[in-house]
Amino acid sequence: MSSRKRTTVWAAALLVVSMAGSIFLLNRVDRIRPHEIVDDTLYIASPKLVKHASLGFEGLVACIYWTRAVQYFGHRHFLRNRSYNELAPLLEITTTLDPNLAPAYQFGASFLAPAPPNGAGQPERAIRLMEYGIQHNPDNWHLYYDLGFIYYTELKDYKRAGEVFARGSKVPNAHPFLKILAAVMAEHAEDFATARLLWSAAYESSTETNIRQNALEHLRSIQVDEDVTSLQNAVTQFVNQNGRIPTSLWEVADAEHLKGVPVDPDGVPYELSLDGQVLVANPDDFPFISKGTPPGYKPGPPKFHVKPPAASQGQAQLDIP
Amino acid sequence: MNARILYIASNTFREAVRDRVLYNLIAFAVLLSAAAIFIGQISIEIERLVVVNLGLTAVSLFGVVIAIFIGIGLVSKEIEKRTLYTVLSRPVRRWEFIVGKFFGLAGTLVVNTFFMGVGVFAALLYVAHKFSGPDAWILVALYFIVLQFLIICSLALLFSSFSSPLLSAIFAFSLFVIGSFSDDLRGFAYLTRGFAHWIATAAAYMVPNFSVLNVISSVAHQQAISSQLILQNTLYALFYSAMALSGAVLIFERRNLK
Repeated sequence: MSSRKRTTVWAAALLVVSMAGSIFLLNRVDRIRPHEIVDDTLYIASPKLVKHASLGFEGLVACIYWTRAVQYFGHRHFLRNRSYNELAPLLEITTTLDPNLAPAYQFGASFLAPAPPNGAGQPERAIRLMEYGIQHNPDNWHLYYDLGFIYYTELKDYKRAGEVFARGSKVPNAHPFLKILAAVMAEHAEDFATARLLWSAAYESSTETNIRQNALEHLRSIQVDEDVTSLQNAVTQFVNQNGRIPTSLWEVADAEHLKGVPVDPDGVPYELSLDGQVLVANPDDFPFISKGTPPGYKPGPPKFHVKPPAASQGQAQLDIP
Repeated sequence: MNARILYIASNTFREAVRDRVLYNLIAFAVLLSAAAIFIGQISIEIERLVVVNLGLTAVSLFGVVIAIFIGIGLVSKEIEKRTLYTVLSRPVRRWEFIVGKFFGLAGTLVVNTFFMGVGVFAALLYVAHKFSGPDAWILVALYFIVLQFLIICSLALLFSSFSSPLLSAIFAFSLFVIGSFSDDLRGFAYLTRGFAHWIATAAAYMVPNFSVLNVISSVAHQQAISSQLILQNTLYALFYSAMALSGAVLIFERRNLK
């Protein structure tokens, strides 16, 4: 073998071996390094500085920061992490760079508002973000709807929710349901019908599959809560009339002249505990229920059971553009 | 006169398109536009926005790089290869040489922008499945990018007429960066008083204002661009380019080429 060929063989072999070695070692190093150090590093925290550094290409840098915020939230949400320290700063930078980036407000607020591990547990910050978005996009009625949604679902501040819906209803081309929501907030905020109306509107107004699935799960959970409430009232009535706890829901169904034991949206009958509490047979299948769970029950990660129809084929309860 | 300028321009254009670096940069810009499709998929509801922002930014930045790196060598290479003397020994005036070089490079950049723009529209069509009326404003953004290139070309020629290629590149790129901050310069001038105010104001008006020619964010959100802005930006770019070219001609006329 000539000298050049020998050198070529040795150099090629060394290249392959050293590449494999460096990949292997980097993999080992990544396992040792704590991920929080990597994830929680925001090299430039000042929105103004980032804006200046973008050299006039704020739109692109805003898209990059928004993508980073989405990946940050998604990664932590998947790991059921309870801290989202960099989420609010990432969203602040995104919206400073591009105040017209509507998804950053709509989805960003839904990342910030819910309690951990489903969200960052910062509803006040979510509200500030939405108000900033409304200030810069006063003609976008969706933002008013989303802000009212946060007041309703996270803060249970029905008065403020009604005020925001009322503000949004005055926007030109705003959907008529904002007026309806503003009106029902005043008197029927805690009714199941109102909650159903809100989640139906969320389902119909979005084309994102995940959003629609989430709304669908909430609607299923509302149905369960409503069923459990009705059944519990029937059990209480049975106890008052008969002086004892019914042995099963069949007795309650007979007393109420029902065809059979009521079933949950999956067709599984509800159950009755020994102390007369109505329970859902499979609470894990309804991640957002607030009634019918056994004592000490801790919900797992939400799972979507129902695939919603495509947005264009969905049967609209509300005609949303 | 016009024929001589045209010959020099077409020669400059032919020489520029033979440069392999040009094709690599165009290919990379088109690749970035295609990559925008995938970036949109790891985010939420910004597929179209990413394609327009990333695509137009790639067109702008790569075009500036092409303009600077070809422009800085336009005069100095001719001097280095001694082909300039052959050209000037013909009845070609020095100012015709400069103007011809400018038009040749500008033509190259217009063609490059066309191909890169096709890449952006192709990526947009893939993501959005159809074009809508407001997408036409992307053409205005591309037009403004071409106006940026005219200014950069004239500046690159200005520096190339008296400086080495390395220094010309540094000066041209620095002016591009400073020009992107011209709104901040104006703000700084507003805050200062006395001599500093006059210096800052002069600097704010002398550096090219690239921020007014950057409407990428607006067209990404399908916002309309006023016809008044289009007209005034066109005139500004033409006037500024004429100013830089005049400076290049003045320097080059007096330059000792020995």
